[in-house]
Amino acid sequence: MYDGALGDLIEELGQLPGIGPKSAQRLAFHLLASDSADVERLTSALERVKAQVRFCENCGNVTEAEQCGICRDPRRTETLICVVEEPKDVLAVERTGEFRGRYHVLGGAINPLEGIGPDDLRIRQLMVRLQKGETKELILATDPNTEGEATATYLAMLVKPMGFKVTRLASGLPVGGDLEYADEVTLGRAFSGRRDVD
Amino acid sequence: MRVRQLQLSDFRSYAHAQVLFDDGPSILVGPNGHGKTNLVEALVYLANLRSHRVASDAPLVRQGCEQAVIRAEIVHDSRRLLAELAIVPGKSNKARLNKTPLARPREIIGALKAVAFAPEDLALVRGEPSARRRYLDELLCARFPRYAGVRADYERVLKQRNTLLRTAYLAKKTGGRGPGGAEMATLDAWDAHLARHGAELLAGRLALLDDLAEPVAKAHAKIADGRSEVTLAYESELGDGLAADQDLLAARLGAALAGARAKEVERGTTLVGPHRDDLDLQLGSLPVRGYASHGETWSVALALRLGAFELLRADGAAPILILDDVFAELDATRRERLAEYAEAAPQTLITCAVAGDVPERLTGARYDVWEGEIKRVL
Repeated sequence: MYDGALGDLIEELGQLPGIGPKSAQRLAFHLLASDSADVERLTSALERVKAQVRFCENCGNVTEAEQCGICRDPRRTETLICVVEEPKDVLAVERTGEFRGRYHVLGGAINPLEGIGPDDLRIRQLMVRLQKGETKELILATDPNTEGEATATYLAMLVKPMGFKVTRLASGLPVGGDLEYADEVTLGRAFSGRRDVD
Repeated sequence: MRVRQLQLSDFRSYAHAQVLFDDGPSILVGPNGHGKTNLVEALVYLANLRSHRVASDAPLVRQGCEQAVIRAEIVHDSRRLLAELAIVPGKSNKARLNKTPLARPREIIGALKAVAFAPEDLALVRGEPSARRRYLDELLCARFPRYAGVRADYERVLKQRNTLLRTAYLAKKTGGRGPGGAEMATLDAWDAHLARHGAELLAGRLALLDDLAEPVAKAHAKIADGRSEVTLAYESELGDGLAADQDLLAARLGAALAGARAKEVERGTTLVGPHRDDLDLQLGSLPVRGYASHGETWSVALALRLGAFELLRADGAAPILILDDVFAELDATRRERLAEYAEAAPQTLITCAVAGDVPERLTGARYDVWEGEIKRVL
């Protein structure tokens, strides 16, 4: 174990997700050997991220203004809202370049084991948004796991009676993959979600 | 299907062990506590991802070690398969097939098919319903590995739903702040998923039971000289005579959950679903539990295992048969009948404390197991 500042740094880095004790140690020694200017850029980036970044008042995505770039963009339509769990999911959907609607970031999924209920998610804000009357369709893009599915079902039960079109992303085989490498759950879902060939 | 070679590292009492097995019967002889059952237990674990002796994984790892490794070379249809499994208690296990890591350890289910019969199996007849549910589910997963995923999904939803119910129950009891109205409304969402996954598991079990009833009855007739017939029936809150129709079952399960809601909130747990069901065993016109003699109980337990063996064999992959310390428990007639099965199986692994307990007709390889040393003597 290392004492003092170095020990503290290793300990702090080790708290980060995906960083084990060995990686924390390697990062710490890398920082120790780096130029002061490089380290200053890193510390200032860390400080700025906490000071400047906040959540979009409309959709909950990360932004430095009151609203995020997507919500401010007049070419994006409020007719379609894609509901995701995390800001990084917004980035994933954006990479497709296909989606012209806007997002709503919940900030997680319903998870009683971790004490997360609907009131801990940005669901009330979503309801307020829907009441503005611009939206026609809600696309539920929560994760395809137990908690994400339950969240999607809950939202569908809430929103469908209000007359909105509600859709869920399809799950199935990865494009460019081999059928033989698909796991049994994915393949099973792909079977039940099969469609006619035109 | 046969096991050609078994290697263990830090499993139970073994720091290292390596055994080569032939086709046909192999008899492992040694006093109790010298490690013979540990060898077959490793194979049972590899087949089902669960020991036939203990519910938790911790006792499987040698004291002071972090993980145990089971490595088996399996031959099926003249193809060789190397199955490796690292048991890491408190963390997730790791599995590899032919050196390729599997994303989830449960994907290794099906690589080795094994049917084990052990003294613990008396619990199949006399014990709690959970033992019979496990019997059905393990056989279901061995036949159709995708059910391991169905079961995991069901258990996850059940755990989440129970947590929600329990939080509400505790809050009510202590007068503290419980889940709000919106949170309790999520119960409807959990119900929908519990019904869907539950129906899938239920349909699997019911279809299995249709296929299993005959081989079990036949095995029983052979072992018990056909005095009374053994019948299997699925027992569920949803009623008798359920058909394996998933959509119909989901609707019925959903309705049953809605009906039980008030009681569930009061008790703080999920009261309907496949996790509460049972396998009803009858001998003639009487339930086996409570009515059958000691010998009859053994016959029914044995018939359940041998029926499973026959079913897997009929599917096209005869499993290895493991008879763990059971010959000493059986009378002469049942010993002889069991020996007939053991002879006919492609590979049978038998453990016993005294060689004389095993019928003489069962000739094959013999191993002495003494203080963790395994030596082939015949």
